[in-house]
Amino acid sequence: MLRFLLTRLSLVVPTFVGMTLLAFFLIRIVPGDPIETMAGERGIDAARHEALLHEYGLDRPILVQYGIYIGRVLHGDLGKSMITQEPVVREFLTLFPATVELALCAILFALIVGIPAGMIAAVHRNSVFDHGVMGISLTGYSMPIFWWGLLLILLFSVQLGWTPVSGRIAVQYFPEPVTGFLLIDSLLSDEAGSFESAVSHLILPMIVLGTNPLAIIARMTRSAMLEVLGEDYIRTARAKGLSKVRVIALHAFRNALIPVITVIGLQVGVLFTGAILTETIFSWPGVGKWLIEAINRRDYPVLQGGLLLLGVIVMVVNLLVDVAYGIINPRIRYAK
Amino acid sequence: MSNASLATPATMPAPPGPLREFWIYFSANHGAVAGLVIIVAVLLTAALAPVLAPHAPDLTNNELFLKPPAWQAGGSWAYPLGTDAIGRDILSRLIYGARLSLLIGIAVVALSIAVGIALGLFAGFARGITEIAIMRLMDIILTLPSLLLAIVIVAILGPGIMNAMLAVAVVVLPHYVRITRAAVISETAKDYVTAARTNGAGVFRLMFKEVLPNCAAPLIVQASLGVSTAILDAAALGFLGLGAQPPASEWGTMLADAREFVLRAWWVVTFPGLMILVTVLAFNLFGDGLRDALDPKLKR
Repeated sequence: MLRFLLTRLSLVVPTFVGMTLLAFFLIRIVPGDPIETMAGERGIDAARHEALLHEYGLDRPILVQYGIYIGRVLHGDLGKSMITQEPVVREFLTLFPATVELALCAILFALIVGIPAGMIAAVHRNSVFDHGVMGISLTGYSMPIFWWGLLLILLFSVQLGWTPVSGRIAVQYFPEPVTGFLLIDSLLSDEAGSFESAVSHLILPMIVLGTNPLAIIARMTRSAMLEVLGEDYIRTARAKGLSKVRVIALHAFRNALIPVITVIGLQVGVLFTGAILTETIFSWPGVGKWLIEAINRRDYPVLQGGLLLLGVIVMVVNLLVDVAYGIINPRIRYAK
Repeated sequence: MSNASLATPATMPAPPGPLREFWIYFSANHGAVAGLVIIVAVLLTAALAPVLAPHAPDLTNNELFLKPPAWQAGGSWAYPLGTDAIGRDILSRLIYGARLSLLIGIAVVALSIAVGIALGLFAGFARGITEIAIMRLMDIILTLPSLLLAIVIVAILGPGIMNAMLAVAVVVLPHYVRITRAAVISETAKDYVTAARTNGAGVFRLMFKEVLPNCAAPLIVQASLGVSTAILDAAALGFLGLGAQPPASEWGTMLADAREFVLRAWWVVTFPGLMILVTVLAFNLFGDGLRDALDPKLKR
């Protein structure tokens, strides 16, 4: 187990170094230098330009600059936003809970709907329900979620007036930020109606962001269940007289869950990608919307830092999933 | 004993040729055939756009802005799917949009498959440090959220349809590299490659004449599924204002223009997205069917 852990951990280091290289050099491709970019259309005189280049260390050799950059990154310093002059890490940490809350709710929604749908489809293979689930799931997988979000707004917010169009909570509520998760914070606050407001703001973005993972999880659960249901031990369990429900729920489901868990772990990247679009549509104040705004303002330190931070988070989650998988399934651990 | 029963073996049909066999498996999958039909329809629409479109895609008409579709009150059959905020015919823009979306899908796949095969062959044949370097880089690209990486690339290169295609091609590249490399490694261990090598075949001959044709199947499947990813990602970039720029009638860009009218005019929002969904779905159905038909492991 220790050896497996160490091998897996040793793979993280080159990936991390590669990400910093990518984040560092991508920004260097920008035409002109950062000082000119910051100065914008007003321009800047040559002497001041020189002084600023020197101040930011941009006149030093590129490898030295990279060395300084990675030293700062390791100290948790990702530079300052060119617009707000706030440290990138601080801005990220302020907005990240909103994205996490949305992503967690979306994946929960995908699991609660996707796993039972996939199971029932597998048990009733080739039934109308099976074909329905597979058809809907392929549609969900092919869905342009930015359009799906607009459609849901059109139906539920405009036509029916059930849900608000954008934001996280109605403007009159200010729950004390304890956890950063508005669902919990609004429950903790005494304001009547604030929790309901948070829920009604969350529901559409949650469905939109959960759609792709839901499709993938339903398909994966179905195929994993089908594989397990064909195994000899399932026939044995049925033959010794266990009820069908018991066999499916206890014997088959538990074994079908292993590949499903892996797929869930792999959804983190999908969720962040989706969050960028979902947050833009619903004006959800999270890191996705922040990054899009950074592009429009040409705020390169924010882009660079955001790319690196999200990349590292996905990397860490993938690592945790791998380790968890190794714990559940010893064959992975001992395989070379 | 009758003569008829003796004669039967002689009348047995010859085994179907590879193409015929492929079609037998492929056509058994109704979804895949439906996908193929839609793809052909979209291709024809794109090719015949000037004939099919009732209006020029960029023709504006200030008196006819936000006109509803023909079947709604206030609509007219001159503009079957209504007009957008500056009076352009939505149907015509959708028809011309098919050109852009297919172009994007096919160009992205062509670019990423060419570079991906080259890198994958190189990694699989070179092994050692070259292989590690290439595969690590691909792992990094795969680890970063795909759209985020594409967004950053476009933000740096500048918005536009060419840069958006380039960004999406970079993001989907690792899939082709991985497939090619895995296939190369499993194929080079086989006897026919050893035989070719002992016959004095050079490394390029081994790569392109011997190994590559034998890893074509998974690459073809990935390519057909890749078109759908490319169309979807490019539309997402267009929607975020980073892809094709207005007044281009790219479907994602049309949606971006339509966003502010979502409360007033449902049709400007509904139809472009529907086209994206149907096209992407068709390529996914087609790709699934290809995989089932080409994968010998699934054949019964």
